[in-house]
Amino acid sequence: MSRIKSCFAQLKENNKKALVPYVAAGDPNPEITLDLMHAMVKSGADIIELGVPFSDPMADGPVIQKASERALIYGTSLIDVLDIIKSFRETNNETPVVLMGYLNPIEVLGYENFAEAAHQAGVDGVLTVDIPPEEAQSYIPALRKFDLDPIFLLSPTTTKERMKLICQYASGFIYYVAVKGVTGTSALDTDEVAQRLEIIKEVTDLPVGVGFGIKNAETAAAIGRVAEAVVVGSALVSLVEHNAHAYSNAEGNEKIIKEISQVLLSMRSALDAYTHDT
Amino acid sequence: MTIDNQAGKKLSDMPDESGHFGQYGGIFVPETLMEPLNELKQAYIHYFQDAEFLAELDSDLANYVGRPSPLYFAERWSRELGGAKIYLKREDLNHTGAHKVNNTVGQMLLAKRMGKTRIIAETGAGQHGVATATVAARLGLECVVYMGAEDIQRQSLNVYRMKLLGARVVSVESGSRTLKDALNEAMRDWVTNIDNTFYIIGTAAGPHPYPAMVRDFQAVIGREAKQQIMAHEGRLPDALVACIGGGSNAIGLFYPFVDDMDVSMYGVEAAGHGLETGEHAAPLCAGKPGVLHGNRTYLMEDRHGQIIPTHSVSAGLDYPGVGPEHSWLKDIGRANYVSVTDDEALKGFHDLTLTEGIMPALESSHAIAYVTKLAPTMDKEQIIIMNLSGRGDKDIHTVATIDGIEF
Ligand SMILES: Cc1ncc(COP(=O)(O)O)c(C=O)c1O
Repeated sequence: MSRIKSCFAQLKENNKKALVPYVAAGDPNPEITLDLMHAMVKSGADIIELGVPFSDPMADGPVIQKASERALIYGTSLIDVLDIIKSFRETNNETPVVLMGYLNPIEVLGYENFAEAAHQAGVDGVLTVDIPPEEAQSYIPALRKFDLDPIFLLSPTTTKERMKLICQYASGFIYYVAVKGVTGTSALDTDEVAQRLEIIKEVTDLPVGVGFGIKNAETAAAIGRVAEAVVVGSALVSLVEHNAHAYSNAEGNEKIIKEISQVLLSMRSALDAYTHDT
Repeated sequence: MTIDNQAGKKLSDMPDESGHFGQYGGIFVPETLMEPLNELKQAYIHYFQDAEFLAELDSDLANYVGRPSPLYFAERWSRELGGAKIYLKREDLNHTGAHKVNNTVGQMLLAKRMGKTRIIAETGAGQHGVATATVAARLGLECVVYMGAEDIQRQSLNVYRMKLLGARVVSVESGSRTLKDALNEAMRDWVTNIDNTFYIIGTAAGPHPYPAMVRDFQAVIGREAKQQIMAHEGRLPDALVACIGGGSNAIGLFYPFVDDMDVSMYGVEAAGHGLETGEHAAPLCAGKPGVLHGNRTYLMEDRHGQIIPTHSVSAGLDYPGVGPEHSWLKDIGRANYVSVTDDEALKGFHDLTLTEGIMPALESSHAIAYVTKLAPTMDKEQIIIMNLSGRGDKDIHTVATIDGIEF
């Protein structure tokens, strides 16, 4: 069973929801990422979504754009990100890791080469923002060949017919983008999300994660009532940004890790309290 | 030239239904944009067969843009170069001074029919921004133009023109702060405001249907040129030459000739300081296929797949990608892609100004510089049509600065 699948199976058994933090690999420096990943697991993360820095992050708001820019100052490449995950796997063999990024760095490696390297590094799923299933005729088989789950997005503009198409190709989980907009948008409407999730549930049995616009423990808990996973990105990445003055030294990294851990802990307990109520 | 024609398909039948030109083009966008792009595609297909729409488009092109633009025989320049007869397709005489307006007039008509009330655009040199602000003013629609902070500095005159036209110009501070980043930012706006917003892309790039749609709006250039050269010379030209930024003026000229296999086509990219320096904007000549801005095409990228900064003296060519149809025409060998440096383009600017009394845009000056090399290799009976994509008014400041003149 894939790590993602068994993760969701176990959560379900315990009546818990997945907390999925997103951070950009190499932000604000390459040294932080491995420690941050372990710290996030300790603070209640069930799955880690690791952003692969790209020069042209078309689907991201300012917070994650800047994270990409910071990471690229050190030239953090897709290969570097895989190396970090390889190190993570030396001491953690359970927590699923999902790569989130854009297609071009993968294109450069070639789909199969990439998939093989990702598999060997210990990656579990790949979410490539700018490849819809229609363009993925050779991308999906390459991922599958190396036991990687292709994660796809559904959005508020996705028709039910398209949902069916997308879910046919997806595995691991489905990622529902809660707002029309880029990452870091504020206006998430919990009721609207709940309604959309009902439709998605008619189409697929896969677990559904919700992201884009989850800023605090309260929203996380509310979303946790209706979805299997809660993805938190910009709210964490902005903590990196706020410590801008402390970039690239050990003290700064410690501070960032501490602040992100605190937020995750509060989300974890809100999520658990809330879901246990229901 | 040998080209595999599949099952009686013509080259002009491209793209296929899903927007592919061979391996290029397609739709590589976040999920939120899939449905809006589908709606746009349906509207584009529908209205390109709608007589009323086409009549309104023709009327606007005639009465607002000032078409047809002349096909001018540059007699003195041809004589000086001592080879082929050179005809200039005078897109510089269009309203707003470049070919860009052919496309904005067309897309604006679509926006109107689709009931969109807000218009957004990206711009590099500011020509497309001005052409968009112009048609938005005419319909009284809200207009937001995204422009890289670097380009706002370089093209302050066009920024002011857009403001006079009632547009809001948003400075883009992310990434390399140039055209590619303006395009990213326009996409982000579109994702956020899809319900009421129409995104007018300024070149034959982006996700399907933009490359095909922009081409179809710009193809009026080639259709007119074909009729005009038949009237002047009674035959088709031997060669077509156009500069390539994203490739819209070039594909607009090339497309109506693409099945006429005896007509050679030359797209001229910006070699900047020289291809060997890496400081250029010539993805077809020196790049590799990849995926950016919604389509697969030749790109300028590093070995990790990050898009790299470009350089050209002409802001309108300063783009790391190119429309996917050009990538395909290159690979199948139907069109030739060449490049000229900043210095060669500047010389071209002065040459045409002095010999014909026509001051070209720096973008178009790249085509001029290549014609200067090509024409002397051809016979006196042979014919070149060059697309003079825009006028040079906007560039006088740049040229003066390079020539060491202060106002
Ligand atoms: C006069 C002129 N020519 C050419 C271009 C390049 O664009 P394209 O390659 O789409 O024609 C521009 C772009 O700003 C322009 O202003």
